[in-house]
Amino acid sequence: MRGKVARVGLAALLIALAAMFTTVGGVVGVGAQEKAPAGVAVKIDNFSFGPAAVTVPVGTTVTWTNRDDIPHTVVSTDGVFKSKALDTDDKFSFVFSKPGTYSYFCSVHPKMTGQIIVQ
Amino acid sequence: MSQSKKDEILHDHNHDGIDRRGFLKCMAWAGTGALCVIQGGVLKSYSMSRMNEWNAAKMAGELSFAQISDSHMGFNKAANPDVAATLRAAVDKINALSVQPEFLLHTGDISHLAKPEEFDTVDQILKGAVAKDVFFVPGEHDVIGDEGQQYRDRYGKGTKGEGWYSFDKKGVHFIGLVNVVNLKAGGLGNLGGEQLEWLEADVKQLKSSTPIVVFAHIPLWSVYPEWGWGTDDSAQALSYLRKFGSVSVLNGHIHQIMQKVEGNVTFHTAMSTAFPQPQPGKADSPGPMKVPAEQLRSVLGITDVNFVQGQHALAIVDSQLG
Repeated sequence: MRGKVARVGLAALLIALAAMFTTVGGVVGVGAQEKAPAGVAVKIDNFSFGPAAVTVPVGTTVTWTNRDDIPHTVVSTDGVFKSKALDTDDKFSFVFSKPGTYSYFCSVHPKMTGQIIVQ
Repeated sequence: MSQSKKDEILHDHNHDGIDRRGFLKCMAWAGTGALCVIQGGVLKSYSMSRMNEWNAAKMAGELSFAQISDSHMGFNKAANPDVAATLRAAVDKINALSVQPEFLLHTGDISHLAKPEEFDTVDQILKGAVAKDVFFVPGEHDVIGDEGQQYRDRYGKGTKGEGWYSFDKKGVHFIGLVNVVNLKAGGLGNLGGEQLEWLEADVKQLKSSTPIVVFAHIPLWSVYPEWGWGTDDSAQALSYLRKFGSVSVLNGHIHQIMQKVEGNVTFHTAMSTAFPQPQPGKADSPGPMKVPAEQLRSVLGITDVNFVQGQHALAIVDSQLG
């Protein structure tokens, strides 16, 4: 594993995080005192990832939210990260701790592809 | 204008965009399956939503079976808040047939999220069918998270590889293929080399006069690759079936009826028992079409594309999809 999977949506975790961090636009962000970048959101809508390509600094937490009525997954092409099935409004987060280009797709609908570029 | 007024939601108690009348309309298109009859070695497919137009005497054949598909147990959004009820309706329609089909084929997406309780519910409902044998192939929803292990534990006894198999009924050779496992980024449905080798060997010894029925979840012809409605290596699979005089391919996945003939091969897709999907390219995405909505009429219209007559060259009916 090259990063840590953060499971957003667990109530207990959210409560704990709320006490420690600020919440920005539904994505759990890291407090300024940590000197780490805030979270970035990717929407899954109409069978596509938006934005399809995102460039972020090292340490960014990217959170995907499924807005479709059909489940999707977020799976790294190189096996770096893999979400469970995300039903409507489910979220998946991953912390990108190393630079690189991370290609990913939905393993249920493989025509859906995206990229996270970590610098 | 009057039509749109008629479709207004009058009592939306659950605030889910659907009222009782809308649900009943939904029942009018959902809960359908197809009755497949082999006549003179050629498969004919009849939509159960048009049962009242059937002529039982003309439909008699050597073998009949019913295809159901895409029950998506666990789906509960506005397009159909009760997919269990519509699957039950499909079973009731099959049970009401004057001549019972020998067995049922389920062409995948049994479940919505591959949860054990979703499979359990479907199994329970299908126990209500008079026809006791049900043959399955998995849809991509059935293999989420475990590449189909749970599916094979439940339905894959005696199958090969990822769950493919063949069997014979009354001289007809049936082949169930799996094209929803190990999908590649950017790709379509996929059979894979191991399965293709198995298929080539499976049909090698058969006489060319043997009627062949192939069933798989994702269409084995290029319906609309932009939405993933096709299978990358299906041409290879079909090349092994060229020598046969009668090949019928049954698929699900696209939640609407389409039929097409290419040479000796007739392709059929089935409606879903759960919810309709838009015609290729007619929406932003292939997501569920919500009912009631103005699109409902076009959904019902698709059932007009229905009868394949046995004469191969005449049966191209996908022209109505424009």
